[in-house]
Amino acid sequence: MATAVMPAHSPSEKDESNYLTCNTGIMSWLVTLDHKRIGMMYLVGVMSAMFLGGALALLLRAEHWTPGPTFPGLITHDRYNQLFTLHGAIMTFLFIIPSIPAALGNFILPVMLGAKDVAFPRMNLASFYLWVFGLVFFIAALLGSGLDTGWTFYTPYSTNTSSTSVVAATMGAFILGFSSIFTGLNFIVTIHTMRPPGMTWFRMPLFLWALYATAIIQVLATPVLGITLLLLIAERMFGLGIFDPALGGDPVLYQHFFWFYSHPAVYIMILPAMGIISELISTFSRKPIFGYRFIAFSSMAIALLGFLVWGHHMFASGQSEMIAIVFSVLTFSVSIPSAIKVFNWLATMYKGSIVLATPMCYALSFIFLFTIGGLTGLFLGALATDIHLHDTYFVVAHFHYVMMGGTLIAFIGGLFYWWPKMTGKMYNEFWGQVSSLIVFVAFNLTFFPQFVMGSRGMPRRYYNYLDKYQTFHVLSTIGAFLLGFGLALAAGVLIYSLFKGRKAPANPWGAATLEWQCSSPPPLANFEKTPSVGNPYNMQAVVYDPDTESFINREDVPLDENAEQGKNHA
Amino acid sequence: MDTSFFFPEANSTFAGSVDNLFYFIFWLSTFFFVLIVALMIYFVIKYRRVEGVEPDKSPSHNTPLEVFWSILPGFLVLGIFGWGFAGFVDMRSPPLETYEINVTAKTWNWTFTYPEGAVSPDLHIPVGKPVKLVMRSQDVIHSLYVPAFRTKQDVVPGRYSGLWFEAKETGTFDLFCAEYCGQQHSDMIAQVVVHPTSEEDAKKGEQTFDQWMEIASDPLEGGKIPLEEAGLKVINMFGCTQCHSLDGSKKVGPSFKGHFGKEVAIQGMGPVKMDEQYVRESILEPNAKVREGYEPRMPSFKGAMRDEWIDAVIAYIKSIQD
Repeated sequence: MATAVMPAHSPSEKDESNYLTCNTGIMSWLVTLDHKRIGMMYLVGVMSAMFLGGALALLLRAEHWTPGPTFPGLITHDRYNQLFTLHGAIMTFLFIIPSIPAALGNFILPVMLGAKDVAFPRMNLASFYLWVFGLVFFIAALLGSGLDTGWTFYTPYSTNTSSTSVVAATMGAFILGFSSIFTGLNFIVTIHTMRPPGMTWFRMPLFLWALYATAIIQVLATPVLGITLLLLIAERMFGLGIFDPALGGDPVLYQHFFWFYSHPAVYIMILPAMGIISELISTFSRKPIFGYRFIAFSSMAIALLGFLVWGHHMFASGQSEMIAIVFSVLTFSVSIPSAIKVFNWLATMYKGSIVLATPMCYALSFIFLFTIGGLTGLFLGALATDIHLHDTYFVVAHFHYVMMGGTLIAFIGGLFYWWPKMTGKMYNEFWGQVSSLIVFVAFNLTFFPQFVMGSRGMPRRYYNYLDKYQTFHVLSTIGAFLLGFGLALAAGVLIYSLFKGRKAPANPWGAATLEWQCSSPPPLANFEKTPSVGNPYNMQAVVYDPDTESFINREDVPLDENAEQGKNHA
Repeated sequence: MDTSFFFPEANSTFAGSVDNLFYFIFWLSTFFFVLIVALMIYFVIKYRRVEGVEPDKSPSHNTPLEVFWSILPGFLVLGIFGWGFAGFVDMRSPPLETYEINVTAKTWNWTFTYPEGAVSPDLHIPVGKPVKLVMRSQDVIHSLYVPAFRTKQDVVPGRYSGLWFEAKETGTFDLFCAEYCGQQHSDMIAQVVVHPTSEEDAKKGEQTFDQWMEIASDPLEGGKIPLEEAGLKVINMFGCTQCHSLDGSKKVGPSFKGHFGKEVAIQGMGPVKMDEQYVRESILEPNAKVREGYEPRMPSFKGAMRDEWIDAVIAYIKSIQD
């Protein structure tokens, strides 16, 4: 995708004006240390993973068209179990976790910060190659004997199943963990050490706060997953008794270890998405974000509280009742910072100047879907209702509303937002808006029926199901294919723009954060001179210029004026 | 029994309170959701962009307002927690006097063993009496889930786990395995049959719990009835007729009628004679020989069906051939 935007220069001729053309040739990409090129390679990578995971999802949904086997001989019991395992594992480890931080974050974070690159460019490239190695292991699992443990690798099933791909897949997840840690560490150090003069913590755009909070979780939680997966491999290969009761181990211990990482990982997925939404809502309302500090602190609160709630995945596991009660109350505490953000986004729109550009359509769609995802979490955090809903389609619908309705939608919104900056091309606004509408409607059609069948008792991970749930399954399947079409349309709009889109101006949306101060696409070093740093949400410092169809800086209002948020805390 | 949009029938003493909490959260959530979406749509329309006109200046923060909407959800969720906590304590505290049934979960079927010695693949319980399940798994983690009772509990290998409930009305309800346990996880489905406790309360066609228990503990009635008659009782007790008809018609599995003593086509093997040994093997190792045209969906009854009961089933099958 990225190579396509490179103009047809002869290899010897170099165009220093932007990062895409300053070096040419395949090696200039493969060994690049430029955060923007690494971000673009990540983008191509995670989008491919999403396409693969999405194709598996459509096969799963197609199988559910009828209660019994819909494609006998083609999708059998075993094949179905492998499909949902790989769908979950690929979407979680290869797509959602790296999606926003590694693809968009890598590109945007240094530019937004007014920096030349991340703190450790080589580590950044290493992170990408670790991701590629992790992908290779997952492909090996896919083509091998068939991984069928579910993406959670629960013991003792995962240590006893005949599938030999368990080791390949867990090694893959282990390596991807390091990829994630490298990105997180890099972002923490970059934000601490490379902010330009004048950019205090409270003059940082909220997307950076979100990436910072995410990075802390990545660095602190991911090692636990790595160790757990190594123990799992040790048990499988050497018969070390850790989780398998037949060897003297405890299978529930595995669940504790696993969710100690995987619940904070949920916030690795959603926090950056919230950061994007904060940028989009404020830009397209032409208003400073309402309650900047509450949003920034709520990101940090989510990051910290997210470590204390893993036990809510295990209310029915046989852990002690007392522990379940403690985890339930802690779980509710984490819902509050999310609620604060939603209220603040709404207040930002109040008395704004709102335009429904494609990224804003996705942002509003996010608020709708994420609110449903968040509120349905209340049913699952409450003990009495969770016992009934646990491991049913209600849970499946809930986390898809959060992960897909939340993170994926924000990712696409962010992609449409920064696309002109990343590629230097404007896409077709009308078809972008159409894609957001189709995705929104189809998403609800896919997942809302799953809430209803779930609360009516339909368990998850069922190949066959009882006839009474068929109506809901059929609706959901229709929605899924429509959703696939909507996402393909969004991809088509973006890819088409690479070839036919008009040239993007430096600041097409009128945002006041620093990435819009450099040209689109940015030059290799991002900025010719260090930009002046002010209030990142002082939209009125830029004004619309109909001649260039873009926003330009106002002479009379410098960017760094009215920097009220930073004034007292410099 | 009432069903509602979100729920199947509620048939345990605590099911009603689970549903009440669910609907409380549902309407509270609906209120906030509608408020948020309505404001969002209103703002989009009311404050739509007019090109060249900058928005009026409005405050970028308001601490009292923000503190208010940070604290208010705190109280609401604490209320929800408290309600859920109280309901959970009820679900996890069995009364002192309970009727105890042992449950063995294995891939991919359930075996229920009763204090009187009866064994069954479906769960049979008396209505209006607290029942406690003492559960163990022979292999991987399973989870016993009865939607009508609004309760579930994982069954973890290497330890016993308990679950209790009291059914309010008689009838037949679904029992699922809710924790993924491998290939035929989705077929690890059984029934809960709630029996009346006295003949006066029994509806037409219902056995009382004692009647069922009498037959289940000794379907042969000590040899006082003909073997083929006992065989039919065993067949009914294990619910074989859900999948196998007695009149020659095809259901999920092949019919008991019309094949005994004849050659039948087996997947990957060709024709095999259906004899006593074949019937016995099909009950104990159902997937060893799968008939052409059928899915391998039958669970094993090894350990649940005694040898003399199998003899009775064979006698019955022989008796209905032409």
